[in-house]
Amino acid sequence: MDFSLTEEQEMLQKTTRDFLATECPKKLVREMAKDEIGHPLELWQKMSEVGWLGLIIPEQYGGSGASFFELVVLLEEMGRACLPGPFFSTVVLGGLTLLEGGSNEQKEELLPELAQGKLLLTLALTEPDVKYSADGIQTKATQENDDFVIQGTKLFVPDAHVSDYLICAARTKETGIPEEGITLFLLDSKSPGINCTLLKTMVGDKQCEVTFDNAKVPGRNILGKLDEGWPILEKVLEKATVARCAEMIGGAKQVLEMTVDYAKQRVAFGRPIGSFEGIQFYCANMLTDVDACSFITYEAAWRLTEGLPATQEVAMAKAWASEKFREIATLSHRIHGAIGFCEDHDLPLYFKRAKAWEASFGDADFHLGKIATKAGI
Amino acid sequence: MNFAFTQEQEAFRSEVRKFIQREFSPEQSVKYKDFFSMLGGGVEQRNFKQEMSRKLGAKGWLSLAWPKEYGGRDSPSLQHILVEELAYYKCPGWDGVGVGMLAPMLLKSGNEEQKKRFLTPIARGEGSWCELLSERDAGSDLASLQTSAVEDGDYFVLNGQKCWSSGAHEADWGFILVRTDPEAVPKHRGLSFFLLDMKTPGISMTPIVNMAGEPEFNEVFFDDVRVPKENLVGDKNRGWYVIMGVLDFERSVFPVHAIARRKLDDFIEHVRKTKPLDPVTRNRIAELIAECEIARLIHHRVVWMQDKGIVPNYESSIDKLYGTELNVKVTAMVARALGHYGALTEGSRLAPLNGHVPYLYLRAIGDVIAMGSSEIERGVVAQRGLGLPRG
Repeated sequence: MDFSLTEEQEMLQKTTRDFLATECPKKLVREMAKDEIGHPLELWQKMSEVGWLGLIIPEQYGGSGASFFELVVLLEEMGRACLPGPFFSTVVLGGLTLLEGGSNEQKEELLPELAQGKLLLTLALTEPDVKYSADGIQTKATQENDDFVIQGTKLFVPDAHVSDYLICAARTKETGIPEEGITLFLLDSKSPGINCTLLKTMVGDKQCEVTFDNAKVPGRNILGKLDEGWPILEKVLEKATVARCAEMIGGAKQVLEMTVDYAKQRVAFGRPIGSFEGIQFYCANMLTDVDACSFITYEAAWRLTEGLPATQEVAMAKAWASEKFREIATLSHRIHGAIGFCEDHDLPLYFKRAKAWEASFGDADFHLGKIATKAGI
Repeated sequence: MNFAFTQEQEAFRSEVRKFIQREFSPEQSVKYKDFFSMLGGGVEQRNFKQEMSRKLGAKGWLSLAWPKEYGGRDSPSLQHILVEELAYYKCPGWDGVGVGMLAPMLLKSGNEEQKKRFLTPIARGEGSWCELLSERDAGSDLASLQTSAVEDGDYFVLNGQKCWSSGAHEADWGFILVRTDPEAVPKHRGLSFFLLDMKTPGISMTPIVNMAGEPEFNEVFFDDVRVPKENLVGDKNRGWYVIMGVLDFERSVFPVHAIARRKLDDFIEHVRKTKPLDPVTRNRIAELIAECEIARLIHHRVVWMQDKGIVPNYESSIDKLYGTELNVKVTAMVARALGHYGALTEGSRLAPLNGHVPYLYLRAIGDVIAMGSSEIERGVVAQRGLGLPRG
């Protein structure tokens, strides 16, 4: 085993952290939470110039062909910085789905644009009952000559309000088996029949309700094969889940560092509060859980990068990140006291994200259920 | 990063598994409750353990982590793989005190004569060791211990008493930390470390039965016990450093994640054969499957550091507390899920899992206390891992 990053990964980590320290101050994070668009266009362009948007896109499509593990390193830093904007939806949800399911023509057309920051994408997956399993997909697509007509509602679609294209998972056949008969469609988000409403959220991240009211999409815009979209989604969801975990461990690490700094400086009863056993135990528990979440996330990411089966490890990583990031942020509040409870303190940014991300791609109970099923109990 | 074992490591693991299959039959295995329950099994089990030790020694497996010049393979990871397998299969023969703790101390702090004299039998699996550290009033605050040693010609003369000495009644040798300077400030600068033949006149002991019913511990009394000076390891009054020098390794001596995983797997096998699980218990099991995997990674981070020659710091404290607390969680979950049946002991007609559940539940508490309580370990994590100031 090897628990260290490669030299290149360490370099990526450092340059990412430095870049975000300059380009993504907390002031910007707060502004963007209230902004309708949610991210500054200049920053998006800079992110494209430093190669982040094309990081995992193969060189033949204008990217740098780095592995999924490098993306995890990058996302960890983004989570640390609370980076706002559509990176996750475009690169992780959109990019990975295109890579996994797109035809050569589709990739050639879209991936270079994506890498250059000219194309925003997202995945319209969940619906009002918000399930990350195949039975959650009830939106219907009906064939009409060479086109398909989509009818249904997608909810909690990230960044749909700015996306150029939506990848919509819809049911094209009823077989009684939920995993069968799902098809992925690539839709121009300005197509008639598509209506997007921005939701108001605790984090101020941009999530949308997207309704498809007889929205027409040409048959050539199917990603992968008709009725065979779920296996593609399964692969994308495994990676997306780990990608979210990476953001969460980045956030958790930042929270721990902030907390330890504060515990060393803050004096009460004539000594730094970090010298009290109660505070030390909280901090020790936070570090233990940061390590725990990191290792299981890295193991899952490594397995996915190597092409090894990772269902179990992915579920473990998200079950842990869901619970522990929230607990870590909660302990941090206990240590920070009143100052951390103020809106203009940085800690609430993380406390809110911990809660919002707890549910995304399934909460701990959902993933524990997967672990149990996989273990045959 | 890389979470795979090397081919050499994988090959070694399967060699160990074959060895265990050959030497430790399922009929024998049933008699053992836990890798930790190696004490108090009577003469038959004691003899078998010694026989297994010699077999492990003959394979060269008791010195895997030692430098090549002392007959080792310079591979901490192979040692950890060996113990992981023995622990999972509850296979006796590995002396955690002699092989796990004393050998690294001798390698680091012993003189050549001591290494020659004591390492060879340890590597062969001959003789067994106990540790004589804690006292009634000196546990977590070990440096406040009072058992004394006074120089007298070629000897040191020991007086006092030690407590919680696991397996002292079965041990041929012990290592002991005693006070040689009663005036020393701070207290830990007045301690010395000796190797002690347990047959030396003046040593007596009374057994202490743990709450799981095992005669695990002893109170050991020293009445003018004469220890030859050549048995002093390190310098006089520098005994604290003999122990502390390897403590960061010792905290990871036991792969508790494998011990916990075994109990979880036994329970999973049991529930597969019985009634369908309620969703709450199902999730609790799933949570512990994940936690066992995480504990395995936390343990192997330390192993990786040792293989690379990096001295573990707070990492081994996390390993120790995480593994032992997981073991408590697993045994508590099993006992809870089995309800009244979980309180039935060996010999009860209706007892599930051979009636071992009460024992395992009770025994698990001991390890969050022994060898550095979780509270002490959390202090290490906070102060050494995070740089928080001492209180």
